[in-house]
Amino acid sequence: MSENTGAIVGVNGNLLTVSFERPIFQNEVAFARHGDVRLKAEVIRVRGRRAELQVFEDTAGLRAGDAVEFTGELLSVELGPGLLAQVFDGLQNPLPKLAEECGFFLQRGRYLDPLDRERSWAFTPAVEKGARLPAGGKLGTVPEGLFDHWIMVPFDAAGPVTVEEIAPEGEYPVTHEIARIKDARGASHALTMIRRWPVKIPIRAYAERLRPSGSLVTRIRIVDTFFPVARGGTYCIPGPFGAGKTVLQQITSRYADVDIVIVAACGERAGEVVETLREFPELTDPRTGKSLMERTLIICNTSSMPVAAREASVYTAVTIAEYYRQMGLNILLLADSTSRWAQALREMSGRLEEIPGEEAFPAYLESVIAAFYERGGIVKLHEGGEGSVTIGGTVSPAGGNFEEPVTQSTLKVVGAFHGLSRERSDQRRYPAIDPLDSWSKYEGVVPAAPVEQARRLLREGHEVGQMMKVVGEEGTSIGDFTVHLKAEFLDAVYLQQDAFHEVDAATPAERQRYVFERVHRILETPMKFADKDAARTFFQRLTQAARDWNRAAWESDEFKALEERIEKMTVEVTDYA
Amino acid sequence: MHKVYHQVERIAGNVLTVHAEDVTYGELAQVDATRGVSLAQVIRIDGERVDLQVFAGARGVATDARIRFLGHPMQVSFSDSLLGRAFTGSGEPRDRGPAIRENLVSIGGPSVNPAKRIIPRNMVRTGIPMIDVFNTLVESQKLPVFSIAGEPYNPLLARIALQAEVDVIVLGGMGLKHDDYLYFRDTLEEQGALSRSVLFVHTAADPTVECLLVPDICLAVAEQFALKDRRVLVLLTDMTNFADALKEIAITMEQIPSNRGYPGDLYSQLAARYEKAVDFDTAGSITILAATTMPGDDVTHPVPDNTGYITEGQFYLRNGRIEPFGSLSRLKQLVNGRTREDHRSIMNTMIQLYAAYGETREKQAMGFRMSGWDRKLLKYGAGFEREMMDLSVNVPLEEALDLGWRLMGDCFEPEETGLPSKLIEQFWPGRNGKKAKDGAAEGQAKEEKEKETAGTKEAEEEAESKEKEETAEKEQKEGNEEKKQAEKTEKKEEKSKKEAPEEKAPAAEKPAEKEKAQPSGDQSG
Repeated sequence: MSENTGAIVGVNGNLLTVSFERPIFQNEVAFARHGDVRLKAEVIRVRGRRAELQVFEDTAGLRAGDAVEFTGELLSVELGPGLLAQVFDGLQNPLPKLAEECGFFLQRGRYLDPLDRERSWAFTPAVEKGARLPAGGKLGTVPEGLFDHWIMVPFDAAGPVTVEEIAPEGEYPVTHEIARIKDARGASHALTMIRRWPVKIPIRAYAERLRPSGSLVTRIRIVDTFFPVARGGTYCIPGPFGAGKTVLQQITSRYADVDIVIVAACGERAGEVVETLREFPELTDPRTGKSLMERTLIICNTSSMPVAAREASVYTAVTIAEYYRQMGLNILLLADSTSRWAQALREMSGRLEEIPGEEAFPAYLESVIAAFYERGGIVKLHEGGEGSVTIGGTVSPAGGNFEEPVTQSTLKVVGAFHGLSRERSDQRRYPAIDPLDSWSKYEGVVPAAPVEQARRLLREGHEVGQMMKVVGEEGTSIGDFTVHLKAEFLDAVYLQQDAFHEVDAATPAERQRYVFERVHRILETPMKFADKDAARTFFQRLTQAARDWNRAAWESDEFKALEERIEKMTVEVTDYA
Repeated sequence: MHKVYHQVERIAGNVLTVHAEDVTYGELAQVDATRGVSLAQVIRIDGERVDLQVFAGARGVATDARIRFLGHPMQVSFSDSLLGRAFTGSGEPRDRGPAIRENLVSIGGPSVNPAKRIIPRNMVRTGIPMIDVFNTLVESQKLPVFSIAGEPYNPLLARIALQAEVDVIVLGGMGLKHDDYLYFRDTLEEQGALSRSVLFVHTAADPTVECLLVPDICLAVAEQFALKDRRVLVLLTDMTNFADALKEIAITMEQIPSNRGYPGDLYSQLAARYEKAVDFDTAGSITILAATTMPGDDVTHPVPDNTGYITEGQFYLRNGRIEPFGSLSRLKQLVNGRTREDHRSIMNTMIQLYAAYGETREKQAMGFRMSGWDRKLLKYGAGFEREMMDLSVNVPLEEALDLGWRLMGDCFEPEETGLPSKLIEQFWPGRNGKKAKDGAAEGQAKEEKEKETAGTKEAEEEAESKEKEETAEKEQKEGNEEKKQAEKTEKKEEKSKKEAPEEKAPAAEKPAEKEKAQPSGDQSG
C-alpha cells in the first residue's frame, strides 16, 4: 500500500539523509532497503526535500541511491494477550523466537510478530451487542497466566462506541475478528485482539488520574522504612558504577508487591538480562506460588545492540505498562539505565549537529525525561477500579557525580531519590543507598515519627563520626560515642541487608514493622558503659546477635530465641538513672 | 571490476575525502600512496563525497592517489593456523611467517542474541587471593584492570592468562611498547602457551587507525574459536589507547565532543567490544580482560568511567597490589556460593575489617591515641596486606580462605568480626577441634603477636584467648547440634559477662595455652 519511497543521499553512522518527493511526517517509520534486507528507521528531522532518519540497525553496506520506503505510521508496539513472560528487544522483536530462526547472533532486518499468531486464547465476552463503551472499555477477557487479560476498545476510538457485533465465548487466535464497533462519528471498525499504539504517546483512556498513594512494598528495609516508594509513584537510583544499582533492581523485580514487573534493560550489560531471563522461570513468586516469569516482561536492548533502538526501548516498555494498567493492574517498570537512553539521545543529537547543551546533551533532555516519568501514575478506570504504573529508573552519572544533567533533570520530576554512594559500597554496606542524602516524598510502611527519630540519630551519629576524625576518640564524650555506636548499629542491622541470603534478602512489611519497633526501642534506650571499649564490645556483640536475628526465619524458634537474647543484652546495659 | 578513483578532495588527519559513486557504508578501499599501499574504510557518505579513514595514515597520500574500492568490509582470516602467530593491527604478519588469507570473516559482526547466552557458571582460578577470594573471575566475564601508567598490569594480565585454564589466548595490543610486545611473546613462549595464542599487536609506532581495528579483529577471531567450542581468553591492552584513537578520528571528522574531547558515542563504542564476552549455550566462551590506564589516576576520566559502566566489575591496580576497595567482580556471586560455604562471609567480613583498618590508619596518622580495638585492627591490616594482597602470593582458593580465618583468629575475638555464628563454630581457628598444629605458620604468627602486642594489651589478649579456648572446649562437649546453637551462644554471652572483670587481670603464664589456640592450616572441614 505504501508507495511513498525516497532515496538515500548520505550515510553517517546510523543517520541517513534521504531525499523524498511525497509528503512524509515527523517520526514516521521507514525502511531502508539493502538487498533483501529492510532496515527499520524513523524520521527525526526534515529540511526542505531532505529528511534525516535514524536507523535502528547497523547501517554497514548501505549506499547512496538505495531506496527508502515510508510506511505512514508512527513507531508503534503491538498490544494483546501473550506479552507477559516474553523477552523483546527495543523494537518488540521476540528474542527467543529470533534465536530459533537466526541462531547465536542478532541478524539485522529481521522483524518478527511480537504476538504469537498461532496460539489461541479462550475469549469470554463481557458485553452484549448494542452495549455502549468508552475508549478503553472492556469488550471481553482472555486468561493470560495469572490474570484476566482485557480485550479493550481502542484507546483512541472516538467514544463512546456502540458494539455492533461481538464473538461468542470460544478459542480464537489473536488475529481473529472478535468484535465490530461503531464509533461516535458513525464509522464502523472490525477489531481483533491486537491493538497498536504509538510508543511516544501516553495512553489516556481513563476516568481520572489520582495522587500516588499507599506504599509499594519492595521488601528492602532501607527503602520501605526510610525512603518508601508509592504505588503509582516514580523514583530514581543514581549511583556510580559498582554501587549496586542493578542488584537493587533485580531484588526489587523479584520481591516487589505488584502484579506485573516490566524490566527495561536499556543499554546495559547483556549478562544481567540473562540472569533474569534464566533464573526467573525457576523462581516462584511468593505471592502466587507460580513462576516469577509469569508476571515479568523483559524489554532488552543491551549496550551492544543498536543505539537508536535503545532510545525506543524505554518507550516500548512504558507503553506496554500503560496497556496493562488499563486492565486495573499494578505495574512496576524498572528502567536500567536511563543514562544510556539519554546518551542515545546525545549521540543522535551530535550526528544531527544540533547545538549542544551541558556535557553535549541536547537542550531538550529535561523535557524528554520529565515526559517519560510523567507516564507513571495511578488512574481510575472508566470501569471503576484503579491501575497504576510505578517507574523506577537507575541513573549512571559520569564519574558518580550527581551534578550532571541526567541526574539533575531526573531529580526534578521523581518522588523518591535513592542515591547510592561509592563510600558505602566500598565498605560493602549494601544496599549502598546513602541514608543521609536520599529522600522520599511518599509514605512508608512504618509510622513516620520513629523513623524521623532514627534518621536524626543517623545524622547525629555521622556528625560524631566526622568529629572523631578530627578530635579523636579520646576527645569525644562517652555520650556522643554511644550515639555514634547506636547509629552504626542501626546501619549494620537495619539499613544493610544481605541480598544473597535467602531470609535476609527480603523483609516483608510486617516483619519490618516488628523489627523496626524493637530496634527503635534499643536506640531510644539510655545506656551506660564503663568506658568506650566496653561500649564498643557491647555493640559488636549486639550487632552480631541482631544480624543472626535478621538471618533467622520469621517467627521461627531461632528468631524468638535471638530476640530474647537481644532484649537481655539491652537490659544489662540500660541506664535506669 | 572495481572502479578506481583519482580525485582526492580533502585530506585532514587520517581522513581522505574523495568523489566516488556506488560506494557502500563501511566498505574497504585500497589507497596507493607515495610511500606504499594502505587499506582504508568508508566512514561517511554524503552524496558523492565519501570520507575514508586510512589505516596506515594519510601521510604521503597524493591528491591524485589511486583509490580502489574493494566492495567488502574489513575481514580477517580465521583458522587454526593463526595459533602461535603474531599480526599487526590490520592483520598482516608481524612475525616472519606467511600471510594467511583463507576463510575470511567480517569483523565487528552483529551482537549475540541475549536469549542464546547462559548464566556464567565456571570460576577461573588464578591463584591470586585478591581475585579468587574477594573478586572471583568468572568464565565469560569482561573485566578491566584499572591502573596508572607504570603499574605492572601487563605482567598481571600475562600471569592470569598463563594460570587460567583456557583453550585459546588472544592478545590484542593497542599502542603497546615494542618491549611489552616482546615481553608477552617471550613469556607465552617460555611457559609453552604460545602454541595456543594469537597475537594482534599495534605498537605505539604504528599508524593510529590500526589501533582501532585491534579489538574488533581479536574479538572476531575469538568469536570464531568460541563457536568451535573453545574457551577463549582475550587480553586487550591498553583500551585507553583505543579510546584515544577514537577521539582522534572523531575530532578529525569534526564531531561535537561530549566530555574531554571524547566523542559522545564512546560508551557505545566500548560496549560494542566488551559485550562480545559471552558464554554460548551450546558452544564455547569468550572472557575479556583489558588493561585501562587511568590518566592521572582519575577514575572519573571518561575512559575508565564509561568502561566501569560496561564491564562486569574492575580490578584496581595500585602500588603493585590489587586494591580491595573499588575492585569488584560482579559475577562472583554466581560462583562463590558453590566454592566453600565460608567463602562469601570471609570475603565480606575481611573487607569490612580492612576498611575499619583504613580508618584507624587515618586516626593514627593524625596522632590520636590507639584504643585496644585500633591496635587489633592495625595488626590485622598489616597481616592482610602482607599475606593476602601481595601479588607474589600464589595459593589456591581453599588455602587462601584458611589463611583468612587464621589472620582473623590471630587478631580478633569471633564476636568482633560479625561473622555468622554457624561459620564461627565450624571454621574459627581452635573451635573445630584442636587438630595438629602447623608449626611453621604458627611460630611466625606468634612472633608477630609478641612483637606487636604490648603491656596491658597483651594481658588482655592472653585472657581473651584463654576464655576463647574454654568456650571452645565447652562447646565441643556439647557437640555439634545446631538446634542448641542459640542457647549455646547465650551461655557464652553470660559467661563473658561473668568473666569480664577477669579480663583485666594479667595472665602472663598462659602462652602455652595460647599456642594451642592457634589455628592450623587445614581446618576446611
